[in-house]
Amino acid sequence: MANAQSAMVGTRAARADLRPQWIAFGLMLAFFLVAPATGLYAVFLMKVMCFALFACAFNLLIGYGGLLSFGHAMFFGLASYASAHAAKVWGVTPELAILAGTAAATFLGVLVGLLAIRRQGIYFAMITLALAQMIYFFCVQAPFTGGEDGIQAVPRGRLFGLIDLSNVWAMYATVMVVFFGGFLLIFRVIHSPFGQVLKAIRENEQRAISLGYDTDRYKLLAFVLSAGLSGLAGATKALVFQLASLTDVHWTMSGEVVLMTLVGGLGTVFGPVVGAFVIVAMANYLAQLGAWVTVVQGAIFVICVLTFRRGIIGELGHWLRKPL
Amino acid sequence: MSEIFGIPTQALFGQLLIGLINGSFYALLSLGLAVIFGMLNIINFAHGAQYMMGAFCAYFLLSKLGLGYWWALLLAPVIVGATGIVIERLMLARLYQLDHLYGLLLTFGLALVIQGLFRNEFGSSGLPYNIPKGLEGGRNLGFMFLPNYRAWVVVASLVVCLATWFVIEKTRLGAYLRAATENPALVQAFGINVPRMITLTYGFGVGLAALAGVMAAPIYQVNPLMGADLIIVVFAVVVIGGMGSIMGSIVTGFALGVIEGLTKVFYPEASNTVIFIIMAIVLLVRPQGLFGQR
Repeated sequence: MANAQSAMVGTRAARADLRPQWIAFGLMLAFFLVAPATGLYAVFLMKVMCFALFACAFNLLIGYGGLLSFGHAMFFGLASYASAHAAKVWGVTPELAILAGTAAATFLGVLVGLLAIRRQGIYFAMITLALAQMIYFFCVQAPFTGGEDGIQAVPRGRLFGLIDLSNVWAMYATVMVVFFGGFLLIFRVIHSPFGQVLKAIRENEQRAISLGYDTDRYKLLAFVLSAGLSGLAGATKALVFQLASLTDVHWTMSGEVVLMTLVGGLGTVFGPVVGAFVIVAMANYLAQLGAWVTVVQGAIFVICVLTFRRGIIGELGHWLRKPL
Repeated sequence: MSEIFGIPTQALFGQLLIGLINGSFYALLSLGLAVIFGMLNIINFAHGAQYMMGAFCAYFLLSKLGLGYWWALLLAPVIVGATGIVIERLMLARLYQLDHLYGLLLTFGLALVIQGLFRNEFGSSGLPYNIPKGLEGGRNLGFMFLPNYRAWVVVASLVVCLATWFVIEKTRLGAYLRAATENPALVQAFGINVPRMITLTYGFGVGLAALAGVMAAPIYQVNPLMGADLIIVVFAVVVIGGMGSIMGSIVTGFALGVIEGLTKVFYPEASNTVIFIIMAIVLLVRPQGLFGQR
């Protein structure tokens, strides 16, 4: 309750606190600019950025709205299909394909959000999981998704009809713009009055209602934002890998984004990015171990929940006494 | 061959029976989830994995020790329930002071570990488990052919569900349980060992999942992922029924199984998704679930 109060007052204090976050932002920007030169593969880094944006979008909901969605793969996967379909079948330019994917996810976000925010906590998690499973079955059966094969060999096309994205650095720059654009939007939302109200709802919904906030509207808007940004990530991923498949929309993907956010730090600004890097890197190195990846991921879940609930960035921020 | 609504009765009753069988498993699993949720306030995501463990337990008892189906029916719930008790003592017990969502995350992780380990060991193709002696074959009811084993599954799960309902709603032990759900501190003050009751409740819920697994083994194959997708459907069943009432979980479980079976007859394309669609409608009309309070 005290938290909610302090969150709703002190924007001044919050502004003073922002400096370490801008420094961290600068470091992150520098990392993604320099990393390709250090020998890290561009495709790996692009994958990290796509999943980082996905995890940040997910974190907006759980970390600031207190709503644990266990079905975010439906937005990621549907957008990935929509953007792949637009690029391959309709032959539109990549920016329009990404836009189509994002729009599809946003629209789905409105529908699912209207249903899911009617319950909280554990029920919210179960409802989002069940609805995501429904979307999964839809994608298995629908003709345009290509069933088990997915949509393969998606053309990356020419950005705005000018820049050829089959050049890996042009693609890399595009993914960077998408990721940092999405990240800054989330950053802005978190620190806006809207974000403060979200935090207040997370801490004590009854109190927020009594203060006159229409909490359902705030929750729905947060849900739709989160869904749309997850879609942006999925749509971009489809162009990077030139592939949209059932993996993107399966519940294991929903679990993975939860894991990324948990490892990095629930409710931290930079945690999801670090978590996405760790989990994507781990999946790369353990790829030859097959099903052991699942075991390792499950074990990380258990360890994080039992002993490491703040996550990497949460611990770091705690140690530095600065919210990151 | 006679027909109802243009559908041959044979097909209709056949799907109705499959629906009842699925409904039996939905009811047993959602009942276990509801019992666990009532006491521990967590959703047991590992429930599907524990159902799978029950089936594997039956398989091992037969192949390694030569103990048949009836022994498995007795032993598998005890063995898997015991692993549940270890999990509760070592892990879940540390989380009761925290947000309930951490329990969900922990059991999700456990489900991944358990399913991953079994998949590494046994691949993702199924292992066969024969129908027990005495329940093979079936009888012709005139309008349909009824396999004996399937009839047994429906009757047995109905009996187990009703027995659980009776214990919780009508006995002294059940009264303690319900009281501890409402106000654990007060019940503890009356000298009842609430932490032990919580542990045993978790063990019992897990045992129910394992029992369902043993009963499922001869119908579906014993497969490491047999519980992975099932648990999501059971979650939808739980949302539809609401976890407030034991009888509610049982009724909803059987009813949704039957509805799913009927959908397979009349509109097969939607049979995978019909339960989720019903969930969406229930959320619109009665968000707390059909039998839920609040």
